[in-house]
Amino acid sequence: MMFFIKTIPVIFFFSLLGACSSMHLRGTGDLGVVIERASGSIQIVETTNKTALSRVVGLGDLSHASVVYSRDERYAYVFGRDGGLTKINILSSKITKRIIQSGNSIGGAISQDGKQVAVSNYKPGGVKIFDSNTLELIADIPATYGSENKQSKVVGLVDAPGQRFVFSLYDADEIWLADLASGKPVITKYKNIGRQPYDGLITPDGRYYIAGLFGEDGLVVLDLWYPEKGVKRILDNYGRGSKKMPVYKMPHLEGWAMTENYAFLPAVGRNTVLVVNRRNWKQVTSIAVHGQPVFVMARPDGRQVWVNFAYPRNDTVQVIDTDKLKVIKTLKPGKAILHMEFTPRGEQVWVSARDAGKVTIYDTENFNSVATLPMNKPSGIFFTHRAHRIGL
Amino acid sequence: MVNHHHTGIVLKLLLIPMVLVYFSSGYAAEEISNISVQRQAELQNLLIQDCGSCHGMTLKGGLGPALTTDALKNKSRKMIEVTIALGRPGTPMPPWNRILTKEEIHWIVNILYTGVRL
Ligand code: HEC
Repeated sequence: MMFFIKTIPVIFFFSLLGACSSMHLRGTGDLGVVIERASGSIQIVETTNKTALSRVVGLGDLSHASVVYSRDERYAYVFGRDGGLTKINILSSKITKRIIQSGNSIGGAISQDGKQVAVSNYKPGGVKIFDSNTLELIADIPATYGSENKQSKVVGLVDAPGQRFVFSLYDADEIWLADLASGKPVITKYKNIGRQPYDGLITPDGRYYIAGLFGEDGLVVLDLWYPEKGVKRILDNYGRGSKKMPVYKMPHLEGWAMTENYAFLPAVGRNTVLVVNRRNWKQVTSIAVHGQPVFVMARPDGRQVWVNFAYPRNDTVQVIDTDKLKVIKTLKPGKAILHMEFTPRGEQVWVSARDAGKVTIYDTENFNSVATLPMNKPSGIFFTHRAHRIGL
Repeated sequence: MVNHHHTGIVLKLLLIPMVLVYFSSGYAAEEISNISVQRQAELQNLLIQDCGSCHGMTLKGGLGPALTTDALKNKSRKMIEVTIALGRPGTPMPPWNRILTKEEIHWIVNILYTGVRL
């Protein structure tokens, strides 16, 4: 009898220990991924205590890598430059599945219902759509154009409401709208939209797809509420202008900041951030900044816009007050600032400095650095709250 | 499309005088490099990271074409050097002569033709 009474609690204690180490329960809402581009790895990070949890290796060429999340925020889909698509369980830090789906890819998106993952490819140019669960191919959309049936590089791929994907054809000057509501892609093509679309974005409400043009000034808008009306040009003087300043790093449109009244856009090849009225797309003013802007990102409450810059002025981050429309802070987090990501409600921002080998976390109210995490050539930072945002 | 064609031809015509001007400005292929070891490391980093942002970090191509030894082997070295120095007007390829010296560009081209250790 005594024996039983003594051993049962001991056995119970040990089995509890085992359970703890193998399946410590936690949520994923405060997790994220930092790309370590030189070593083909990622670090899984956590924003509540500002720590790195683990590293996942073997992800191939991660230059220009990006990440989308499954809607349960448990899986990260990492899109690599070498055509690799890797599904990672961020709770167990394990690769669930990895495929090489093309020779050269540039980005991806996840569908409205979370069931499809789309990848845009440079080579062979086109979009491939996969089952987000199994990574099996659902649809292959080669971006063929012209009489010789050449294949264009595809850029600016985003998800849109109604189980649609929108993307631009860099070599063909076209925007394509792929509707997958029926399970098979139904494509609408918009031709001669303007020369060399190089990136695209969708407004946070999912209504407007906007493509930037490299080959000429101006932007192209497709209203997804009325796709039958075709594309429209806005901001005819947006671009490199008559002087055609060289651009050492293509500005990103994905990070475009939208506040209630204004959109803040990176000028192409010039050291300014443009402020545009969101109602009529007319330029309100331009704000002189440290260098050629790359990412122009609004804090979730829209009160500040954070900007990083192209080589060789890429050691700096500036903060713009969106009400006063001027730069209120200049920070120097280290060499080669590549990306910034706000915590879900914006009290902090994580900034990656590739050549300094670290991520610095700033308090966005007083601009104090609250932590730094060593990383191996960090580039993109992606937090899980992206799972529930259109276009991210 | 018609537009593209025109710019293509105009660009090619423009390139001939550009090449001539570039090489007549005292630029000959000198083989001895007096670039410091530290600068060489910086250039290597620039090539992989910053050229890599358009050409891919393994230089197998991105928005810009592949710059691997294989991809370049049948292309004129001078042409490649001029492209890096002056860029390709009408395309995103920027001129690097505002940032890099001729010698540094020459060093980069040497690296490209002998193969980059990634
Ligand atoms: C902003 C993007 C961008 C950056 C940065 C960039 N390139 Fe390019 N590069 C291009 C594009 C686009 C082309 C193709 C131009 C064309 O269509 O002819 C190109 C073409 C070239 C070519 C000609 C290749 C050929 O086969 O004819 C060379 C060489 C080259 N780049 C070298 C470099 C080097 C070296 C660097 C860094 C010092 C660099 N590039 C940085 C975009 C870029």
